[in-house]
Amino acid sequence: MANIKNLNLRDKGAQLWENWDRPRRTAFVVILIALVGLLPYGGDFSFTSILNTPISSYQAVLVYPVGMFVLMALGLNIVVGKSGLLDLGYVAFFAIGGYTAGLLSEHTHLNTWEIMPIGMAAAMFAGVLLGLPTLRLRGDYLAIVTLGFGEIVRIVALNTQSIGASTGIASIRTPPKTFGLQFDITHSNSYFWVVLIMILLVIWMIRRFTVRRPGRAWEAIRQDEDVAILMGVPILRYKVWSFCIGAAIGGAAGVIFASKTQYVAPNMFTFNVSVLILSCVVFGGMGNMWGVILGGVILAYLPERIRFISNARQLVFGITLVVIMNLRPDGLLPRKKREKLGAAKKAGGEN
Amino acid sequence: MNFSVVTSQFWPLLINGLAVGLIYVLISLGYTMVYGVLRLINFANSEIFMIGTFATVIVTRDVFHYTSAHEALHGFKLVATLFLILLASMLFSGVTAILVELIAYRRLRSRGTNRLASLISAIGTSIMLSEAVRILTKSAPVPTPRLLSKFNLFTIGSVAIRIDTFMVIISAALIFFLVDRFVTKTLLGKAIRAVSMSEETSKLMGINLNRVISATFLIGGLVTGAAAFLYMQVYETTVFNVGFNLGLAAFTAAVLGGIGNIRGAFYGGLTLGLFEQFASAIIGGQWKAVTVFTVLVLVLLFRPNGLFGEAIQQSRV
Repeated sequence: MANIKNLNLRDKGAQLWENWDRPRRTAFVVILIALVGLLPYGGDFSFTSILNTPISSYQAVLVYPVGMFVLMALGLNIVVGKSGLLDLGYVAFFAIGGYTAGLLSEHTHLNTWEIMPIGMAAAMFAGVLLGLPTLRLRGDYLAIVTLGFGEIVRIVALNTQSIGASTGIASIRTPPKTFGLQFDITHSNSYFWVVLIMILLVIWMIRRFTVRRPGRAWEAIRQDEDVAILMGVPILRYKVWSFCIGAAIGGAAGVIFASKTQYVAPNMFTFNVSVLILSCVVFGGMGNMWGVILGGVILAYLPERIRFISNARQLVFGITLVVIMNLRPDGLLPRKKREKLGAAKKAGGEN
Repeated sequence: MNFSVVTSQFWPLLINGLAVGLIYVLISLGYTMVYGVLRLINFANSEIFMIGTFATVIVTRDVFHYTSAHEALHGFKLVATLFLILLASMLFSGVTAILVELIAYRRLRSRGTNRLASLISAIGTSIMLSEAVRILTKSAPVPTPRLLSKFNLFTIGSVAIRIDTFMVIISAALIFFLVDRFVTKTLLGKAIRAVSMSEETSKLMGINLNRVISATFLIGGLVTGAAAFLYMQVYETTVFNVGFNLGLAAFTAAVLGGIGNIRGAFYGGLTLGLFEQFASAIIGGQWKAVTVFTVLVLVLLFRPNGLFGEAIQQSRV
């Protein structure tokens, strides 16, 4: 029997899942989604009120940073975790989404849902623009170029008068009333549900991709680029696709973010945000969707929850990163190691 | 756009570019040497620099008890004091660098894990250091007392060269020369180069890997500390996030020269410093970072190993 040291939550979970039949799985997923959907009410009852965050309201924290960070971490996970491309400027796509929402809301009569695809397209376009020339570079150079791109987007926003320079764009419209849900500052829950739906869509999309050609191409690129080329994988095309899809998710997050805060400014899109989202990915477990979600939830929620030590919370954040990475270098819930599993099966067979 | 400044301000821009560029050279050595042995970006180098600037302030203010009202020093006393402060700054940065290696890299390296984990733990260390200093200084900029009366030393053509600029150029060039000699000539330098070529083989040759890596971090830290001292003699103020932009520029310089290549860092730093000065004079200082990164992208597209990566492969760290 496996002792406690060898207990592996992820494999245990996967095993359980494998053994279930279809109705059971459906029921589990439905119940899980319902429970997550009810999270905003978690602060209201005495026994769960420990969840409440001291400064900003708990419901608002669930949208930003928690929901947003999970969404963006999932997007970045496609780039960093699945295809192994180190992107240090992910905040650029978030900013492009946010600014698209701001500009279109200022100059046109489009509502948030109509702006969403435009924001995603703009971010994707930026992704192609950045990706085509730079994705030929090897890892560390890609890191610095993407980092530079993130800074360039921020500096351009900061120095362009027509998009508000350092003051940014204010009074962005909130989404219209949809399916009886009202969207404004007092109705954070509606935003949470929208973000939740977006997260679910992204999860569904990633699961589809993973088992199909793009997923396998990304996996091949991540493991060994040269071998992938030899096997006939058009690596540049799939790298650009991975970049684009990640960018689109960042852009969508930006649009929702702008319509929630009703305000965007360059100082919201600093390098720190890129670092935070990358930390969510690596902290939770690169390449493993559930790990990334866990990482996003913890790293976004923790600083809000410990705001009572407000001045030192970033310090605690830094220490947490170092400690966890030293104890669990592959993240909290690392991806499956096929080699390891194979070896374990072999060993099991011999016994 | 104002191209006339290039001709009218040519000499001042050139001298300033040289001074800034040489400071970049020293900081980028911290990146490039660590990259050489570990194949990892030392994300905490900007904080090692930051610690150096604060060490300069603390030693000047609290050990030597100089205040801003103090009159400037002269002669031997000036040289000796500055030299002691330089040593202290180097020492602080060097010790910080060794600690960074111990905290952020060693355990992960011994377990042979993925590179991103080391990157994140280095980022974590960097956040830790800058946040600790931010809390201690309450985010306020900290000035250092001026020891050097900043007179014009001499004039070349139409431009007067101030003593601090002169000092930066001379000492930075000297320090770079010493590091280069150290890495090419001494036994430890040879060990560092061996590790950067092949970790496995150098282990088989009896090189103590941990010691060499610590030494690399130490040298990188010492040089970064020297850069911090020189920076403080010119700019005289520091703040908890002083390292961010400088670190970014220095890293760009390292990549420009071909990362892992010590002499490449020299040319990369100088190129970047000069380019930055002229470009910001022409199109305005607020676009400085944008022009730098645009050039970086162009260079990487056409010369993926950096401007000088191929030519000086032999002297790779």
